[in-house]
Amino acid sequence: MFVPFLYRLRQHGVPVGTQEALALAQALALGLHDSSLDGFYYTARALMIHDEGHLDAFDQAFLAEFRGIEGKHIQLKQELLDWLKDAKLRPEDLSAEERALVESLDLEELKKLFEERMNEQKERHDRGNKWIGTAGTSPFGRQGEANEGIRTGGAGGNRSAVQVADARQYRPYRSDLALDMRQMEMALRRLRMWHREGAEEELDLDGTIDKTASNAGELEVVTRPPIRPNTRVILMMDVGGSMDPYVDLMSRVFSATKKATHWKELRTYYFHNCVYGKVYKTERFDDPVWIQDLLHECNSTYKLIMVGDALMAPYELMRQGGALSLNDNNALPGIGWLLMMQQHWKSSAWLNPEPPTYWDGNTIQAVRQVFEMFPLTLEGLTQSMQHLSRGKSPRK
Amino acid sequence: MDSLIRFKGTASYLTNEALEASVDCALALQKPLLVRGEPGTGKTLLAEAVAEALGLELLTWHVKSTTRAQEGLYTYDTVQRLYDSRFGDGDVRDIKRYIRLGPLGRAFASEKRVVLLIDEVDKADIEFPNDLLHELDKMRFRVVETNEEIVAKQRPVVIITSNAEKELPDAFLRRCVFHFIDFPEKDLMTRIVEVHHPKLDEALVTQAMDVFYRIRNMQRLRKRPSTSELVDWIHMLKTLGVKDVKLDKSLPFLGTLLKKEQDLVAYADQLAGGQRWRS
Repeated sequence: MFVPFLYRLRQHGVPVGTQEALALAQALALGLHDSSLDGFYYTARALMIHDEGHLDAFDQAFLAEFRGIEGKHIQLKQELLDWLKDAKLRPEDLSAEERALVESLDLEELKKLFEERMNEQKERHDRGNKWIGTAGTSPFGRQGEANEGIRTGGAGGNRSAVQVADARQYRPYRSDLALDMRQMEMALRRLRMWHREGAEEELDLDGTIDKTASNAGELEVVTRPPIRPNTRVILMMDVGGSMDPYVDLMSRVFSATKKATHWKELRTYYFHNCVYGKVYKTERFDDPVWIQDLLHECNSTYKLIMVGDALMAPYELMRQGGALSLNDNNALPGIGWLLMMQQHWKSSAWLNPEPPTYWDGNTIQAVRQVFEMFPLTLEGLTQSMQHLSRGKSPRK
Repeated sequence: MDSLIRFKGTASYLTNEALEASVDCALALQKPLLVRGEPGTGKTLLAEAVAEALGLELLTWHVKSTTRAQEGLYTYDTVQRLYDSRFGDGDVRDIKRYIRLGPLGRAFASEKRVVLLIDEVDKADIEFPNDLLHELDKMRFRVVETNEEIVAKQRPVVIITSNAEKELPDAFLRRCVFHFIDFPEKDLMTRIVEVHHPKLDEALVTQAMDVFYRIRNMQRLRKRPSTSELVDWIHMLKTLGVKDVKLDKSLPFLGTLLKKEQDLVAYADQLAGGQRWRS
């Protein structure tokens, strides 16, 4: 059954559900896969995947699930089993060597060994004595000297499914890797809200014509409130120090947000490591804005996007007076300021360029208690935009 | 179902295993086929090829940014009715006369099975695909004005293309068989060129392909040339009797391959500096 494969896909982040399972079952029942693994690969891919961003994950899951099956299924059945059966029937035809082999390796053992090798082996291999390949003395492979081998390799011409999956040619389409400008703009566009608000002062021409005509000529005027973009965004970016390796990425985030025309208002501010009392309008930290003022100016419907690695010395975040610069307001610890901002604005998100594997056991962990954190990848950005447009979520 | 229809491409449209599997799935399971891929990789042509291979009529619905889902089903020509009532032309009482079926409506109403191409579905508003969910699923809709139900007599083969400009909604994606058209590898590309321009000088094709893939792999191109550009370019070379091409400043008809000014600049830059990265 293919059900374990579905769970494997889910583990790899491919969202498949009952609908896909039923479709695949139906396709298999109709015999669309031609009872072959290659056919299964393409059929399953067509039905399970809805986005080229998931193709690579599909390939990985397919490999993890089916590597080795191919050889076991096709070759063991057709050749080895026949041969072994044959050999048992007519042992007198065997050379001494062959007889020794039959005695030394039973079928189960050979199968197991074969699978193990399949799993270990990553690439094509010729003329070796261990790996599965051609022209070698290994018991597994093709055109080898060892006449007691398992022949591997698919039918002529096309590449087999496992090979196709192994090539992982869809890696560039993964959506959880790099970010380019356009993709970023597309992701930011998700944070878009249009509101018809205010008095009904706009003439709805289509509606009027529609109503009038449906009334067979009696004029009926329809009005509606005008449409307005209704998203206001505050972007705060960490600069300097540990953020230096991400300068390029940050500048792309910055220009993508600047280009976003679908927001009513965008404010950008800078900080270093953590926010203490004020943020700055420029990267050189020379136009300070007090957080208290900002809280007054911007009501709770603004969307707050923090961008930073959230990595600092623990005392900078946790202790009163932890700020690096003497001018900063030190009455509250850094985390206090963060908490204050998170509580004021209904929706907020923290984008982190550090990969999620490093998010535990340092200050990132503490910051995550305050802000919902997303990796600064296309997927993370998209998720954060979805999160922001949903509004306030309970703090963890 | 008696026997499965298997799609193998046509004389002028070459496919690979993955694409055939996707088309077969869509046909057998009667689900819409969603095709994505770079511009110029033959997404729209696929629908034509499927129609040709199955011997069915092709209906096309080109989606634009202003297209609404309703237009695909039917439009109620209220303005015409208003005119008619004012000027006394025609029978205004018969609303049916003012209902015009859209492409989807015509595909349902057709006596024979048809192939319906919904081209560039992502051009329309974000909500557009959602509005079609029910109609594509059940293959039926109701004309509100006349209270008449239009049910597909033969479920049409629906092929939807998208350039991935916008994300499509999950609920919509789940109902489709998905296929991503890869950029063809060199040998498939050679066969594609051969199909379009048979009896072309082999040396020229090899040179052209070489140049093409080198341009494609250049850095900083905004729009990489794709299959359709290559086919056009070779057509130009053939028509004007160019005998050999090599990658240099005077590459003939560069404009058919690179269509953006910045790309031409990037091209010139990289020729001058070899393949070296310059920022």
